[in-house]
Amino acid sequence: MKKYKFILFTLLSAIYIIALNSCDVDPVIKNELPANDIHLVIPNGWPYPHYNFTGNVLTKDGFILGRKLFYDPQLSRNNTISCGSCHQHFAAFSHLDHKVSHGIDGKLGNRNAPALFNLNWQTNFMWDGGVNNIEVQPLGPISNPVEMDQSIVNAVNKIQNDVSYSKLFKDAFGAEKVTSQLILKALAQFMGMLVSSNSKYDLYKQGLATLNASELNGLNIFLAKCNTCHTAPLFTNFQYKNNGLDTVYKDPGRGRITLLEADSGTFKVPSLRNVALTRPYMHDGRFNTLSQVLDHYVSGVKNSTTLSSELIGGVILSPLEKLDIISFLNTLSDNTFIHDARFNDPFAP
Amino acid sequence: MKNTFKLLSALFIFGAITFSSCKKDPDEVTTPTPLPNTGSLMLHFENMVGDSALVFNTKSYVNANNDTFNITTLKYYISNIVLSNSSGLTYKENYSYHLIDASDTSTCELNLTGVPLGNYNHISFMIGVDSAKNVSGAQSGALDPANGMFWDWNSGYIMSKFEGVSPQSIAANHVVLFHIGGFSGTNNVLKTVNPIFPSGVVASVTASVTPEIHFKADLAEWFTAPANTAFSVLNTIHMPGANAKKIADNYVDAFSIEHIHN
Repeated sequence: MKKYKFILFTLLSAIYIIALNSCDVDPVIKNELPANDIHLVIPNGWPYPHYNFTGNVLTKDGFILGRKLFYDPQLSRNNTISCGSCHQHFAAFSHLDHKVSHGIDGKLGNRNAPALFNLNWQTNFMWDGGVNNIEVQPLGPISNPVEMDQSIVNAVNKIQNDVSYSKLFKDAFGAEKVTSQLILKALAQFMGMLVSSNSKYDLYKQGLATLNASELNGLNIFLAKCNTCHTAPLFTNFQYKNNGLDTVYKDPGRGRITLLEADSGTFKVPSLRNVALTRPYMHDGRFNTLSQVLDHYVSGVKNSTTLSSELIGGVILSPLEKLDIISFLNTLSDNTFIHDARFNDPFAP
Repeated sequence: MKNTFKLLSALFIFGAITFSSCKKDPDEVTTPTPLPNTGSLMLHFENMVGDSALVFNTKSYVNANNDTFNITTLKYYISNIVLSNSSGLTYKENYSYHLIDASDTSTCELNLTGVPLGNYNHISFMIGVDSAKNVSGAQSGALDPANGMFWDWNSGYIMSKFEGVSPQSIAANHVVLFHIGGFSGTNNVLKTVNPIFPSGVVASVTASVTPEIHFKADLAEWFTAPANTAFSVLNTIHMPGANAKKIADNYVDAFSIEHIHN
């Protein structure tokens, strides 16, 4: 009799344990992706980041929630486009081989989807710098009629009604109610964790790798002729420049935001980290190769009133120097970053 | 034997509690404890057009330029409310951000709490959202971008929004759309105003009495002095800049104190 009771006891305990655990099961995500070391690392020699998760404490649960939202097509009107659609991990979160964004219903955007990494060091976002905080950046693409075309109200309602998110919001923020603020904070946690600082160039700077003669020569020429705007270690000076693409601007760029004539035709200087992985190039994706980009700076710069003073008359580079610069730019590719499983798509089979 | 049963029952109860708790936690209800020696004060915003009550859609009005218009939307932010008096008593509302939607009377009444007891004869507030909150990332409540008062392509709040229809407007469907924003540099439209109390009248906050300050918020002021607005010329504003500033310079005197109940 005693033995019988003991079996019953064990059995009931087992049922309860199963029942308890069942509320942890996420019906959508089947693969458990890693979420280790979720804290912001400031690489040696880098400046202090502009955004350091003030008022948005970075946690493993916040990161996991942000990752799911980043890859969730429910943020688009017809559930077809996610942030990850135009920001592909293998392309350093740019849209490989797409001149401009391909959004909802096959619609085309106006500008090239930028690569996403080291965003916490940026003060402003988008090619024209119109967005002033990483947390509010996703509002643009979510509501843009040629990107995801969904009101933020709808996006919040869809995520609220998706039970697979209930536990994630609870774990990340202790919240029962989904709000735009929590969605945006979680996305900022995921995006802010996208730090790329492990290229061959970085290893070289740490004395852990050597550059070959061409790469080294390329680095020296780069420092002499490109570093003013594409300033190491982030390979951007975070300014807006007219790099001589056109005489008449189809897109006023920064000028649309500031309404200043001096900013007309200027665009954000992009980081050149991972540049070999993020073709095509320029705000409108007009150049397909790095060679075309360098050819532009050597012989294609067009004059206009707001042309960056550094580019007047073009940049003088011999054909061999161009090849060496490209060799060097290839050392800025960060394979650890594009293969970091923490940044993978949790919906992928 | 009896012990086993006791243990089993305990397990059931424990299990039931734990199991249900993973479904839903009880909502946290926090009732603010009133501080000693404080009371409340109500602000009422009565939206009008000149001396007429504001009626949406159906009623026609005439602006200072003699243009006819109907109203479909009127929303604006009131922030950074400060009360004070001549003897140095000051009250600054904590997290003072309010979105007034003229079509929803519940948003036109602001209840200020924790106000130190005393007689107040000075009030100031900002029309719009201070620059700090325009650059501080994702906000909630009145400042939630889901309220439709935030520009996502050029970060910043739409401080005030009027939409209507005027036969004089040459925009599509004769729409007039004034989305007024901009918080920095030459594009700054933020206005801090201090409507004057009627002579000799105070708002007296006591432990038992909540005084009510009634403001007239006059939409007609948006379109006159210093610059009369002709809807044939100016009918669409949806970004910071000179036109937004022009309207903000007009509406800076839109708020006046009608009367005060004590």
